[in-house]
Order: sequence, then C-alpha cells, then structure tokens
Amino acid sequence: MDLSFSQEDEAFRTDVRKFIEESYTPELRARHARSKHGYIDKAGHVQWQKALASRGWLAPNWPKEYGGPGFTASQKYIFDVEMGRAGVPHTIPFGPTMVAPVIMKFGTPEQKKRFLPDILNTNVLWCQGYSEPGSGSDLASLQTKAERKDDHYLVNGSKIWTSVAQWADWIFCLVRTSKEGKPQEGISFLLIDMKTPGIKVEPLVLLDGTPAPHQEVNQVFFTDVKVPLENLVGEENKGWTCAKYLLEFERGNPYSAGLYRALNKVRAHAAETKTGDSTLDKDPDFRARAADLESQITAMEYTELRIFSALSTGGNVGPESSLLKCRGTELQQAISQLAVEALGDYVFPFVEDGMIETNEPPVGPGYAMTVAPYYFSLRKASIYAGSNEVQRNIMAKAVLGL
Amino acid sequence: MDFSFSEEQTLLRNMVQSFLSDKYDFETRRKIVKSADGWSPANWGQFAELGLLAAPFPEELGGLGGGAIETMLIMEQFGRHLVVEPFVETVVLAGGLLREAGSPAQQEAHIPGIIAGETVWAFAYAEPQGRYNLADLVTTAKKDGEGYVLNGYKAVVLGAPWAGKLIVSARTSGGQRDKDGVSLFIVDKSAAGVSTRDYPTTDGRRASEVTLENVKVGADALLGGEGKALPVIEKVTDEAIAALAAEATGCMDELNKATVEYCKTRKQFGQPIGKFQVLQHRMVDMFMAYEQSVSMSYMVSLKLGESDSERVKAAAGTKVQIGKAGRFVGQQAVQLHGGMGMTDELNVGHYFKRLTMIDTQFGNVDHQLKRYSEAA
Repeated sequence: MDLSFSQEDEAFRTDVRKFIEESYTPELRARHARSKHGYIDKAGHVQWQKALASRGWLAPNWPKEYGGPGFTASQKYIFDVEMGRAGVPHTIPFGPTMVAPVIMKFGTPEQKKRFLPDILNTNVLWCQGYSEPGSGSDLASLQTKAERKDDHYLVNGSKIWTSVAQWADWIFCLVRTSKEGKPQEGISFLLIDMKTPGIKVEPLVLLDGTPAPHQEVNQVFFTDVKVPLENLVGEENKGWTCAKYLLEFERGNPYSAGLYRALNKVRAHAAETKTGDSTLDKDPDFRARAADLESQITAMEYTELRIFSALSTGGNVGPESSLLKCRGTELQQAISQLAVEALGDYVFPFVEDGMIETNEPPVGPGYAMTVAPYYFSLRKASIYAGSNEVQRNIMAKAVLGL
Repeated sequence: MDFSFSEEQTLLRNMVQSFLSDKYDFETRRKIVKSADGWSPANWGQFAELGLLAAPFPEELGGLGGGAIETMLIMEQFGRHLVVEPFVETVVLAGGLLREAGSPAQQEAHIPGIIAGETVWAFAYAEPQGRYNLADLVTTAKKDGEGYVLNGYKAVVLGAPWAGKLIVSARTSGGQRDKDGVSLFIVDKSAAGVSTRDYPTTDGRRASEVTLENVKVGADALLGGEGKALPVIEKVTDEAIAALAAEATGCMDELNKATVEYCKTRKQFGQPIGKFQVLQHRMVDMFMAYEQSVSMSYMVSLKLGESDSERVKAAAGTKVQIGKAGRFVGQQAVQLHGGMGMTDELNVGHYFKRLTMIDTQFGNVDHQLKRYSEAA
C-alpha cells in the first residue's frame, strides 16, 4: 500500500491543471455558475468537450484501441481529482460513458466505425431513452414498442426524464420487440436519429424552475418512427443484457473530488456570511457540520481508490457501483442542504431562468441565485439511474447474497 | 386538561377549509402566483368578509376575540392550500406588534384597516448582515424635531410588494447588536425616500429589498417605547413562528396523504410500491414526524403567553421540530413520488419548497437550537 505518486504522475497533474486553466475559460465559468441544475448550454458543453477531445481526454475510460488515452490507474485518479477540484462542466455522459461501451461490446464493426469517432470528438450528442411514464425503477416493464417491418422497426411510445434531449442528435432506446416470456426477454436496444420524422421533444420543468430552452429534462414522443434495422445493437430481444451492462457504467463514477469541491464552495460562502461580529465559517456548529461531511467524503474517496485501483482501463465496477451511487448522491444532497442553511434569508429570492444574463445586480450575494434551486434539483440524484432504494436492493442481492 | 376545540373554533376551521376547497385548488393557486401581482386582492377581501383577519384580535380592538389557537387553525388550512396571501405578515406580525406596542390612537388608526382587509402590512426586520439576530441593526432612526429620520437597508421583506404600510425596526441608540436601543416605526411605503426592489420568492410569493434614504416620519410613527422594542419583536416573531408551525403541519399532512395515495396506486415490479416494506417504514417515519409537529404546534400556541424564557423554549423547540420534520417529509415525499415528485407540475415540490422556506424564516434548526440552549 502506498499513497504517493510518481514524478511522472505529478508531471501529468501539472499538465491537467494547465489544460483546465486554458480551457475552462472565465466566460465558461461564469455561465456555468449561473446554472441551477448543473448543465450549461449546448454551446458551452460542446466547447468544453471539444477541448477535452483535442487532448484525447474526452473518454478517459475508453480502451486505447478505440481512441482512449490509456491512462494508468494513477493517472485516471489524478485526472478525476483535478477535474473535480476545478468544478469543470461534466462531460455529457450519454455518448462517451453510456452508449459507447455498449457499442464497443455488442456493436457490429460498422456501428463502431459509424458512431464511436463522432462520440469521441463530440461531433454528435446523445441522449438516453430508458425510463417511461409507467416504468421507472422497474425498467423491464417498459412499453415503447418497436415492430419489425421489412427494412425497419416502427417505433411508437414515449420516454421520459430524458436529459438534454433538446440538444441531442441521437437517442439510444430500450424498446419492446416481443411480449413473449419474461419482461426482460422482449427488449431490444435501438439507436435512433433524433431527426427522424415522428419524434417530438416536450420540455419538463423540474424543481429548480428552469424553463425551456434551458430545461434539463424532457419527454420524448415517438409516433410511427421508422428506424433502419441496422440500428439494432446486439440481438433482437437481448437488449436487457446491453441495458444492464450500461447501467454499471452509469453508476460507476467517482464522486469524492466533486464533493470536496462542493463542500469547499459552501465554506467559501460561509466565510462571506456575517454572523454577529464574525463570519459563519468560524461558527463552531457550522465547522462541526462541515467536518462531519468532509470525513464522510474522505471515506468515499478511499472507497473509490480501493475500487478503481483494482480495475484495469476499460473495466467496469460491478455491483459496488451501487455503493458509490448511494453514498455519492446522498453526500451531494447533504452538502447542498448545508449550502441552503448557510445562505440564510437569501434563499428566498427566485430567478426563473439563471441562464438568461441580465445587467441587474443580484439580490443578495452573487452566488445566492443557484443555492436553493440546486438543493431542490439534487433531490433527483437519489431517484435517477436507479433509485437509491433499488441500489440497496441490488447490494442486498448481489453483494450480500440475501 | 382538554385538547378539543370549542364550537366556535371548529366552525372557524370548517369555514376556512370549505372556502379554500372551493376557491384555492392548486391550479388556481398557480394562476395567482403567475399573475402580475402574485396575489389575489379578491381573496384578501374574502378573508376579511369571513372574519379571518379579525379572528385573532381581542374584541376591544374590534376583533373577534380569538388568539393563537384561532391563528393556528387558520394557518393549518392555509398550509394545506399553500395560500400566498400575507396573513402572517399583516395579521400576525403587524397586527401583533400594533396590539402589543401600539398606543390606543395607533391601534384605532390602523387595526380597523387590517380587519377590513383595506391595508396590507409587511414587517421589515431583517438586514443582510443580521443572520436571524433581530437586534443586529445597521438601520438608524435619528431624532428630527418631533419626529425621526430613517436610513438603512432591509432585506427580504416578505409581502412588501403588496403592502401599503411597513413596520421598520431601526436603531435609535446603542451599538449594532445591543439589545437596548431598538425601535419600531410605522412607515408608509409611498413615503419619500422609501424605495423597493420587488422579486418573486422560491416558494411562490413576493418580497422586496427596501432602502430607506432620509425617510422622515412623525412622532406618531414610533410604535412602543423608544429603544425598548426588542422584547416586543421577539414575542411577536415567536407568535409568527407558532403560525408558521401550524402552516407547516398542514403542508406535511398533505404531503403524507399524497405520498401514501401515490404509493398505493403506482405499480412497479408487478405490485403497488406501497407494498415494499422499506417504503412502508419510510411513510410511517413521515407520519411520526408529522404527528410530533402537530403536538409541538399545539404546545407553542398554548404557551405564547407564558414567561419569556418559557415562550422562547416553546417557540425555538417547535421551530427545530418543524424544521427537521419539514426537511424529512419534503425530501421523502419527492423521493417516493420518483421523477414525478421532481416536476414543477405536481404540487409535491411546492409543499417541499414552502417547508424549506419555513425552516429558514426567523432562523433555521441550528439557530433555534442555540436559542433554545441559551434560554434553557
């Protein structure tokens, strides 16, 4: 066991920091800081992702043969920590983190050639068609139907909670191709061009209050949408295997670096918050709360180190990803709650769309606008990607064997 | 010992309940919130007609002779419907300050207008640096002939965009956080030197930042003894805490009912999700949190007239209970509603937001724990 990094690793860290300094421009930071749900706008994300892509860093987990950077475990860790520390925009995960590993594992050579390079270079943005109005935690009960015709599937139904569907060029969908057998057995994994006639994207306003066009999620409707047969990934009716494989990537992310940053941001805001003849960051109760959260983040960090150091590049985490998802999201929520408490009365003012810039000075501290909305927005984290109740069921079954 | 309500109190509650059921469903409220003014003066007129604005005032002041229990019953119903109109600001806070500190002439001049629904009031007590400390005041009032001149900045004055009159706390003597030297002034919002910046709030109401620049008021604007206002402010804000506690119980009960109903009907894995034991226990915890909050709401409403230290403990303890319970019930109601709970369309998130703002108002859990420990 050894916690130190080699000279090469430290040189890599310097390189990553320099990249962030250059690419995460003040203008991009300012726009990012106005977001109430974490996404900037499409142009902002594309700008950032193209900068990453230019260094070959967009998809740190991809194997080298597909254009991944071939990071060592240490480099991967340093990369995540530095990105988390700087609070850079998150890479929109639906392409590089979700559909790409599925295409690599189950796709045809033609599919790999057609889709992977555009994902790696952010020429094409993806969104995820999993949940439906009647199918959330019980994903296998999904009803969106794909009927096989001569040279295409005919897709009818709807997907919900589809993040950034309004920006996406493509959507990967779980669709029902058969009603025979168990629900899991009739599902297929389809890639659908969002420009296909019959697709309609309707914005949904969530608790952060951000309306269209800057909404986070949508409902996507499919009416007689024709999808070429060659857009099927893997075998027909075997899409559940792809779906499960993808979910392990969806949940297997490191959280701790971002959590440290979020907590330090609350501390910085507390240092600007007067209380009596001092400031809130010196208040013993606040300090104890922050210390409690920080030690929980440290436990998270070392759990992540243990898990990720055991993995080779391109591997995925397995059922332990459920542990990361539960603890990571619960800590995100706890930190956002502390931020609300630290802010005090200036949680009251509400700005409907933070992405619309105005010349009006803010009401209260400049950072106040996003604090309460972000707290409400982050309630999603224990619901999405398999609710934390479902994650605990997975751990009970797959880890504890109950 | 008797925890039952009198016949009059039961009638009052039923009347509010039936009025709001008819006139204040969630879609109507949404329209009110989105309207240009953000409240319904017509509803306010109806509240006056129904006697709600008179209910907690003593008869000798033209009221119906009720008190904290009447306020509690009204506010609980207001919580169920997320009423945005400024009952706490006008009746509980301004009305309470006038009742406690007003001269007979001031009471005669202002209380009838409140009861008739003619004038809306807002209480400008908070300042950006104050952090829940009611005595932490930079705003000053300097003697000027017979009257005073006010200068300063008041933060997050809830209901101010709708108000004609403000009650402003200002320092007439002493240092920034001294307990002595705090005074209250009645200020016309239209007075020269008063400027406001209005904005919507997270929970669908309206508030203002209020700047006072050489605002001249007469001697009759001083409410209560010069420099002696802090105990009155503390007493009346504790009454407002009791009102908010009742409102919070209304919010929580509606969330719990909606959550149980949803879990009975929402099917996943071939059965209603309410059949899962982990969710059953969660909903039982929500129920217990609500019941404990109702108990504290009753307790504080019964103890508002006791000694200062007893009253402070009652109010602070209640605020801690509703703060913690409100967070838990609000968060879990969203969680159990899943993605639907995250939408602006469903009322669940709106109750959660209101509960979050109630936790903040007059000091959150951490603040009230300190206050309790200092009073005990």
